[in-house]
Amino acid sequence: MPFIELESLEKTFTIRRRTGLLRRSKREVRAVDGISFGVERGEMVGYIGPNGAGKSTTIKMLTGILTPTGGRLRVAGIDPARDRTRLAQRIGVVFGQRTTLWWDLPLKDSYRLMHRMYRIPDARYAENLARCVELLELGELLDVPVRQLSLGQRMRGDIAAALLHDPDVLYLDEPTIGLDVVSKARVREFLRELNTTNGTTVLLTTHDLTDIEQLCSRVMVIDHGKLMYDGELAGLHAVGESERLLVVDLERELPPIDDVAGARYVRSEGPRQWLAFPATESAAPLVAAVAAKHPLVDLSVREPDIEAVIAKMYGGTRDERRESLT
Amino acid sequence: MLRLYATVAAGGFRRHATYRVATAAGVFTNTVFGLILSYTYIALWDERPQLGGYSMDDALAYVWIGQALITVCGLMGGGFEEELIERIRTGDIAVDLYRPADLQTWWFSANLGRAAYQLLGRGVVPMAVGALAFDFTLPSGPGTWLAFLVAVALGSVVSFAIWYLVAMSAFWLLDGQGVVQVAWLGGLFFSGMLLPLTVFPGALGEVARVLPWASMLQVPADVYLGKYEGGRELAGAYAFQGCWALVLLGAGRAAQAAATRKVVVQGG
Repeated sequence: MPFIELESLEKTFTIRRRTGLLRRSKREVRAVDGISFGVERGEMVGYIGPNGAGKSTTIKMLTGILTPTGGRLRVAGIDPARDRTRLAQRIGVVFGQRTTLWWDLPLKDSYRLMHRMYRIPDARYAENLARCVELLELGELLDVPVRQLSLGQRMRGDIAAALLHDPDVLYLDEPTIGLDVVSKARVREFLRELNTTNGTTVLLTTHDLTDIEQLCSRVMVIDHGKLMYDGELAGLHAVGESERLLVVDLERELPPIDDVAGARYVRSEGPRQWLAFPATESAAPLVAAVAAKHPLVDLSVREPDIEAVIAKMYGGTRDERRESLT
Repeated sequence: MLRLYATVAAGGFRRHATYRVATAAGVFTNTVFGLILSYTYIALWDERPQLGGYSMDDALAYVWIGQALITVCGLMGGGFEEELIERIRTGDIAVDLYRPADLQTWWFSANLGRAAYQLLGRGVVPMAVGALAFDFTLPSGPGTWLAFLVAVALGSVVSFAIWYLVAMSAFWLLDGQGVVQVAWLGGLFFSGMLLPLTVFPGALGEVARVLPWASMLQVPADVYLGKYEGGRELAGAYAFQGCWALVLLGAGRAAQAAATRKVVVQGG
């Protein structure tokens, strides 16, 4: 049985709005609209989607602070909404834009609080804290009030706070948002280390696809509350019908190349022409065909941009209405 | 669990202790405010001696008790509800909710720490200044001081319960400002912060004296002034505070349960 299991999970919010003096309209918004997936122990999964897609709502249901409207949900065999407090001992949560740390007090005070809150045995606490302090380079920050920390420092502090009780699962909601390149790299490095040495299951939402590329073997794309894709990152290209570009330099300015099967003429600029072909196809036969028919001087292949692929996926569902008037 | 909430309370104490300049500014304000009120009361009691059953010395003591308890018993704002409302409004409350701890007990503990700090930091000094400037009534002995502190503790709990309820309204209203202002104004009057509730005649006075706000200043002040004679009357005063505390804490719990069930955690 998967460690995290969702079966046709749904969350509907009812929004009431005044439309007249006494009239009110009721609107239902399906934030999560029948999502099913399973995550095995030790997996590291990226959960991506545009703003308002339902990512955070899913995470909130996984932590038990929101009750699903429909479907089934189990984390470590526990129903989160029913047994939130018991589940809390097994999970760690980091919201990139919020903090669990005590704003006015030194960082170490917040850790002492975690020690009591999760009833971590003293020896274990000392060991975990020492490891987090070392790997996240928190040593100099322990006595600094949280409000004086930089965003990157605070984020590392928050990640440590979520891990002191050895959670089986770590949910990260935008863990690298607003961080500079160095801080991002450090956070990613730590998460990779955590996943390999502790086997902690990690589910992270992000807008930064580099996070996913560097950390996750598996990615789930959600939009309008529905799961659009679940699989390897590379597989997104096939689903997203993405195209690679073949840039050819000819001997001179020539009419558009339209006689090569499998390639689509995009544009030209003097002797240089851009041809598009499916990302899933090999470039070799295409190059051969172009070279056979045209005076080819030089060429290069451009890989598709994963962000463009995902943007295209999001765009595809834009027209569907997700809000139904009732 | 007790150790957790003790840690939370200690944190609440130290959080407020870090803002020393704010404390000093608060002490200064309380002292100036106390002086102004003192002279107002002197003018009033000159005209109407024994008003509300208080002598001039009693009335002056009442003023300075009020100044000392402003923040301890949340007479003009509970001192935590702005923060809690802000957390609800921005959705930061999500962080508090996923913790393996009870929201109300958490904030209760933090507020206990805050109130303890305010008692030492903002209560003692204005009271001492007042005692030096005016020759007001002092408790008859250490027993009365102790009884007074118990009443203050109970008053502080009632105050927490009221302001917690006020903050819970933000789950529905999303902006708690209106409720806060009504609670502020109501509290200011019904706690006896402006004038002792014993001064008000007829039905208004009788109603004001049985509302929960009376627990926050009127009852502690009367304990201090020795208006409750004998253990029986004192126990009655404590029971009055204790009952309101239980009822309002219970209402806060119910509101919290309803809120977290229907909760729309804002944003993100």
